[in-house]
Amino acid sequence: MKQLLSFIRKEFYHILRDKTTMMILLLMPIIQIILFGFALTTEVKDTQVAVLVPTNDEASSRIIDKLDASAYFDVVAKIHTTDEIQPIFRDAKAKLVVVFEDHFGEKLRHNGTAHIQLLADATDPNAATSFTFYASNIINSYQQELMGENKNPYQITPEVKMLFNPQMKSSFNFVPGVLGMIMLLICAMMTSIAIVREKEMGTMEILLVSPMKPIYIILSKITPYFVLSCVNFATIMLLSVFVLGVPIAGSFMSLVAVSLLYIFVSLSFGLLVSTITNSQQAAMLVSGMGLMIPVMLLSGMMFPIENMPLPLQWLSCIVPARWYIAAVKAIMIEGLGITSVLKEVGILCLMGTILVTISLKKFKVRLE
Amino acid sequence: MIKYLLRKEFKQILRNGFLPKMIFIFPLNVLLIFPWAASYEIKNLNLSVIDNDHSTYSQQLTQKIISSNYFKLTDVSPNYTRALKSIEKGESDIILEIPPHFEKDLVNRQGGKVMISANAVNGMKGSIGMTYLSSIIGDYNGQVVQDLMPTNAGTNSTPTIQLDAQYRFNPHLNYRVFMVPALMVMILTLLCGFLPAVSIVTEKERGTMEQINVSPVSKSMFILAKLIPYWIIGFIVISIGFLVAWAVYGLIPAGYFASIYLFAAIYILAISGLGLVISNYASTLQQAMFIVFFFMMLFIMLSGLYTPIDSMPEWAKWIAAFNPLKHFMIVMRSIYLKGSNPLQLMNQLMALVGFAVFFNTWAVLSYHKKN
Repeated sequence: MKQLLSFIRKEFYHILRDKTTMMILLLMPIIQIILFGFALTTEVKDTQVAVLVPTNDEASSRIIDKLDASAYFDVVAKIHTTDEIQPIFRDAKAKLVVVFEDHFGEKLRHNGTAHIQLLADATDPNAATSFTFYASNIINSYQQELMGENKNPYQITPEVKMLFNPQMKSSFNFVPGVLGMIMLLICAMMTSIAIVREKEMGTMEILLVSPMKPIYIILSKITPYFVLSCVNFATIMLLSVFVLGVPIAGSFMSLVAVSLLYIFVSLSFGLLVSTITNSQQAAMLVSGMGLMIPVMLLSGMMFPIENMPLPLQWLSCIVPARWYIAAVKAIMIEGLGITSVLKEVGILCLMGTILVTISLKKFKVRLE
Repeated sequence: MIKYLLRKEFKQILRNGFLPKMIFIFPLNVLLIFPWAASYEIKNLNLSVIDNDHSTYSQQLTQKIISSNYFKLTDVSPNYTRALKSIEKGESDIILEIPPHFEKDLVNRQGGKVMISANAVNGMKGSIGMTYLSSIIGDYNGQVVQDLMPTNAGTNSTPTIQLDAQYRFNPHLNYRVFMVPALMVMILTLLCGFLPAVSIVTEKERGTMEQINVSPVSKSMFILAKLIPYWIIGFIVISIGFLVAWAVYGLIPAGYFASIYLFAAIYILAISGLGLVISNYASTLQQAMFIVFFFMMLFIMLSGLYTPIDSMPEWAKWIAAFNPLKHFMIVMRSIYLKGSNPLQLMNQLMALVGFAVFFNTWAVLSYHKKN
């Protein structure tokens, strides 16, 4: 036992004395959470709009005022001929051009109908869909005003409720994602590199000929990273609750339990990587290619899994982060009990067991 | 002198066994897989309908929504609690509740009301779903009005504005058209940023740095010799990118290839310069990797790859202005989709030249021959 403790102390020194890596490991979650929480939103805000008004009249200027007044749009340019549209898009001056037809106001008054065309820069398709929708809503509301008492008696009004995340903060989606990524990064990538480094430097030989049992060597390697992950888990939780205002809707204890399980899975993955690779570079690449990219892509952290083609959906099933993130979303955001995430928990347990068995079997006590 | 140094660098890269393969495999993998996975193209949202009215109108509405291709009816629930359960279980994404007497109210000129509840844990998905659903209901509303309004009363008494929307540059709202040029930027950044960052540190770790330090090679010569190979790799990588984009996604830039190569030439210098700076400061491979990883993550997040820069708060826009990735991303998307030329992208050109000069000067200055 005393042996084990002193080995753990040695491992802690390894990490604590590499200030740069430590700083990055501790800072990374903080910066990610802040960025995701405040900077990365997809909401439509202050989209630049240009208007094409061939003839000035009251109706068109009322609509332009309405657009400008809304939080969604900023009217930045007023043009008078269709030739001016293309340069506006090319120079990225505006993303939406509202084209009023000739004599818009007059036609509206006398003929009873007039035409508006919305030209959207659809380079970003989703943004285009959203701001076109908002612009049409604003123009429709002007029309409602015009009708005044003749209000459309057949109006169907949708009443919209955004469940679980009424303010549509992107952090609600990203906090679980960042948790899933950071823990995997620290536990799997760092652990694997730490073990492989000993191999590369030749110090593994010293460890193997020492009277330490191999299991102790592994345990002492794992412990510091386990602690580090717990620290990061705590930071992320504190930040998301107190800075981002993402509440923990469900039970905190079940969240901790699921997270510990996930840390276990990640650690065993790291162990597996370390037993099959021989150089730091290879370990780095296996955990980079085999972990980071699949996690970013296939875990549902950024992109909804249901939209992917089926083969990728199947592939996503073997990514542990997918199940962890789903469980955290259910418990933390939707406030469901542990019973509703039994499937996720079961799969994680299974993955952990398989990984640990393989890596313990493959751990070489002898040098090649 | 530089000739020999370059020969050494190329030999080191080519004899690595792994690196030359990576230069081909990495871009291919990313470009073949990413665009399918990294899609926010929202289709087949799972819809749960609570039809409390069971009337012709409510059925027509449901039918119209399903035939739009955006929604898949997964569940017809008798009440809201049941529908909410299906959302919690992840079986559906959005609920449409049609209240009792929906048809009666509509016909009696009372106006109709429907309730939409979207699962907004993923805010983006929730709001897009809501937008689609509302638009379809709006369309349906138009039909209803036409059916119910006495033919002449409507047009004369109330002025109507006819709206139609047209999507420029990407008329089919194809998300891959948006992602592929941006992904080429990402590949270029990762390869030409990571590899130089590793190269000097590896020499440090192996001890071969010592030999360079005692040789008469000048500081800028050494850095130049490190830069040029990655510059060439960058050109190979971006050409692979063009090929895949054309062969798999049918994408051809609306602008000139030459202008992309021009910008890429400057951009690769900038990003490899940054890699070399990091490589100078890091003392172990692990450190170098983590620092690069940290910066890449920041750059990618703040580049407008996934979320528009325009909707960021002011401070984030300021940080993004100092992000070379962001500028190159704008360049690629503009040239590919809008056919812009370098004159119209003058700001980006100046910014990238600035970064290239800055990082490479820093790389030369931060390389010390003394320990």
